[in-house]
Amino acid sequence: MAESLRPSAAGPSAEGGRAARRTLAGRVRNGFVLRRVVRFVVSLAVLLVASFAMMHLIPGDPVRASLGPAAPVELVAARRAALGLDEPILSQLLSYVRNVLSGDFGTSFLSGEPVREIIASRLPNTLGLALIATVVALLVAVPLGMWAAIRTENGRNRGTEVTFTSATGAAVAVPEFLYSIALVTVFAIGLRWFPPAGKAGPVSYILPILSLSISPTAMIARISRVETLRELGSDYVRLARAKRLPAARLYFRHVLPNTLTATLTVGGLLLTALIAGSVLVEYVFAWPGLGLRIVESITQKDYPVAQGVILVYGAIVLVVNLLVDLLLGVLDPTSKLKET
Amino acid sequence: MRHLLRTPAGIAGTLLVALMVILAIAGPLIWGAEAERIDSAAILQGASAAHPLGTDNLGRDILARVLVGGRLSLGLALIATLIGAVAGVLLGALPSVLPRRAARLVTGTVNALVAFPGLLLAMFTAVIAGLGARGAVLGIGAALAPGFARLTQTLAASVAGADYVSVARMLGVSRWRVLTRHVLPNIAEPLILNLTQALGGALIALAGMSFLGLGVQPPSFDWGRLLFDGFGRIYATPAVALGPAAAIALAGIGFNLLGDVLARAASRRATPPGEAAGRPVPEVGELGEPDQDAVLEVRDLTVAFPGGVTPVRGLSLTVAPGEIVGLVGESGSGKSLTASAIGGLVPYPGEVSARRLRLCGADLDELPEQERRKLLGTSLAMVFQDPMASLNPALRIGGQLAEVATVHQGASRTEAFARAVDRLEHVRIPEPAARARQHPHELSGGMRQRAVIAMGLMGEPRLIIADEPTTALDVTVQREILRLLREVTDETGAATLFISHDIAVIGELCHRVVVMYAGRVVEELPVEGLASDAAHPYTRALVASLPDMETDRSRPLASIPGRQPSPAEVPDGCAFADRCELASAKCAELPPLIPYRAGHRVACWEAK
Repeated sequence: MAESLRPSAAGPSAEGGRAARRTLAGRVRNGFVLRRVVRFVVSLAVLLVASFAMMHLIPGDPVRASLGPAAPVELVAARRAALGLDEPILSQLLSYVRNVLSGDFGTSFLSGEPVREIIASRLPNTLGLALIATVVALLVAVPLGMWAAIRTENGRNRGTEVTFTSATGAAVAVPEFLYSIALVTVFAIGLRWFPPAGKAGPVSYILPILSLSISPTAMIARISRVETLRELGSDYVRLARAKRLPAARLYFRHVLPNTLTATLTVGGLLLTALIAGSVLVEYVFAWPGLGLRIVESITQKDYPVAQGVILVYGAIVLVVNLLVDLLLGVLDPTSKLKET
Repeated sequence: MRHLLRTPAGIAGTLLVALMVILAIAGPLIWGAEAERIDSAAILQGASAAHPLGTDNLGRDILARVLVGGRLSLGLALIATLIGAVAGVLLGALPSVLPRRAARLVTGTVNALVAFPGLLLAMFTAVIAGLGARGAVLGIGAALAPGFARLTQTLAASVAGADYVSVARMLGVSRWRVLTRHVLPNIAEPLILNLTQALGGALIALAGMSFLGLGVQPPSFDWGRLLFDGFGRIYATPAVALGPAAAIALAGIGFNLLGDVLARAASRRATPPGEAAGRPVPEVGELGEPDQDAVLEVRDLTVAFPGGVTPVRGLSLTVAPGEIVGLVGESGSGKSLTASAIGGLVPYPGEVSARRLRLCGADLDELPEQERRKLLGTSLAMVFQDPMASLNPALRIGGQLAEVATVHQGASRTEAFARAVDRLEHVRIPEPAARARQHPHELSGGMRQRAVIAMGLMGEPRLIIADEPTTALDVTVQREILRLLREVTDETGAATLFISHDIAVIGELCHRVVVMYAGRVVEELPVEGLASDAAHPYTRALVASLPDMETDRSRPLASIPGRQPSPAEVPDGCAFADRCELASAKCAELPPLIPYRAGHRVACWEAK
């Protein structure tokens, strides 16, 4: 007989200990939050050193590379002195860290603008785009994935399943810059419904946000479906069905909360990917964000701007990852994250 | 290879990737000259018959350039992927040969890097290495490495736990050798599968870099660079951006679909055959008048699955109020499906049919949907095997109980919660008000099973179906749950259908025993007669195998030779005949379940 007695998982004391660790306070005591914050600080330090090293890893003289071979020797020397490039490397690193922490990211080689001001004026435009796109993706994808899961549970409606997986598989694979080009061509140049470029009022947000959110929507919808399917097969859903709960209650109260952990993990990762993807979308729509600026600075060898903007992008990614981890640690009572 | 071509996605992916590979090999050979031919008479043209996608600023044909540019796009993507894969596998395998602290450092670094977007890394290297394909390829390769490292780690960790690796370790095989001889060969397949998708990702990322003007530089050109050139003219002649954009999109889709299908094929389980429902079960005996007093009356219940699988075949069962009926049988005998069928919970594509299915005097097939839901939701309580799994981990205990009252009985939230606390107290959960506010993981297994029983008591249960409710619990906790079930039955006057494979537990708890074998009831008798009066050879064998103090309780039926036939291969005659000492030629014919003594029925030709 296959059904053998399963040994019970743990005695009462072990149960109690585990329960304590799963509360928020328990997590703090357990060092989960502290470990995450330490990891964040260490990563941030590595990022700082990397962005500092970037300037020094450029083959030859960055100032000469930036100003071109025709620039007079005196100008190059003066710039080098102003940047402190002739001092010992360690003191350069220290003063770089000190400057960054006090909000001084240097000045543009080309325009002489402080990099801090460039970032301050452009960052909100980039973040706005990325955040709205993430929210749109989550709001559309989670219900879409649930719907597909409920329709295709236990292999019924094969047609829906094939359509869903092929469509989302294709949508995930197309990069955001192609969506932007397609949308611009059709809706801005062809139909003239939306402005083709620039940021002017709420209407100008629509095409960039669409371009940014299609791939993540497809991705999250797939995960939402897989997660929902898994939960639908569980015993607690069977019991909830035995209780004859209304469909809305069954799916939204019982199933949805249990699918959110995995969905939000991916959602968080997608947000960081989306911030990077926004570089391309900003480029297509000439969106006045950081992305457009970093492309310009790299092609024009405006190194202080490139350095500052890459640092900011990296920091955003780290902050998002930290927030997602902490959020999941609090939300998910049985998360395995806490072990790492 | 065959499974690739079974789905539309697989066919599309395979075709697209094959097309890309052919294009990369043959494209420059065929259209190379055309792509470089400068025509000063045809500068910056739109689409025309001679140039379907227009011409560029030197009058070169853009279609030809797209067909040629694929080689560079694919080639660079391949290089970047290989860089990422080699670096990643090394990085991922490192922790298994390093000392503990160093291993943790590497793991931590990989975990931190995995979340870092590739495009940012690629831009970082582009700044250092200068504009051009080299910087972009290096950056994208570096960006792919953490993903491969994480995959290698996860896979290696799962293989490292396998018995053959433990054995190799115990035999003193060196860590490096364990890695190269035992671990890597076993994780090669998923890694190679992942290459396909990584290649698609690298191709897209490189196209993105070139599109931003940070990747491939003229006079070289890949699809991204062609898109960069075309994009500037998109207002005047949109066609010039169309070619490279379509090429990038198709390549991305192709690699992604192929990777998807390969990954799924690798983890494919056997799919059930999708044929029509199982063979019909002969109807036996008169249906007669419905038993008005019975809590549950089932006549000729059949559960069939596609492909001729019929796990429950013509089962009849009657349960009177206050009665505890034990349904006993081996796993696969159909007892749990019987419970699901009574509760209307058989999952698709199972089909339930019965000549009669009455609960609390109402015919479930004839009841309007709304009343049926209410009846099943309040009069039928179900308790499943694993209390760890049958409570929703995300919701508080009290809320899960209370919703029965709010949904079916129109109670307010406060009333429902108060009743939930009362019910929890009733099943002797200490501090019920505090427990009601806790999540399931904060309760022990036995406590959770009590909570599930309390949930069944929220309505006015007439029938409790308990499907192996003690199997997952400690032996001491088992007794308490059994006692609780008996008390609940006594107090509420509800009947209990107690399903178990353990005939000892059944003998202790139940009034009446129903024995199932291969989807049928083979014997039905009062519990007092179980030890002495059992007439069916299978029941007798079950009783004979009853464990005593010295028996290993986890294998209660080890002494019956042979195996129960699976639902797909049940013979037409008596299903037990193969294992039966008394079997005769008559057993090729199906024995009906007929009265044997008072309150005792048996389905066996040899029962005298």
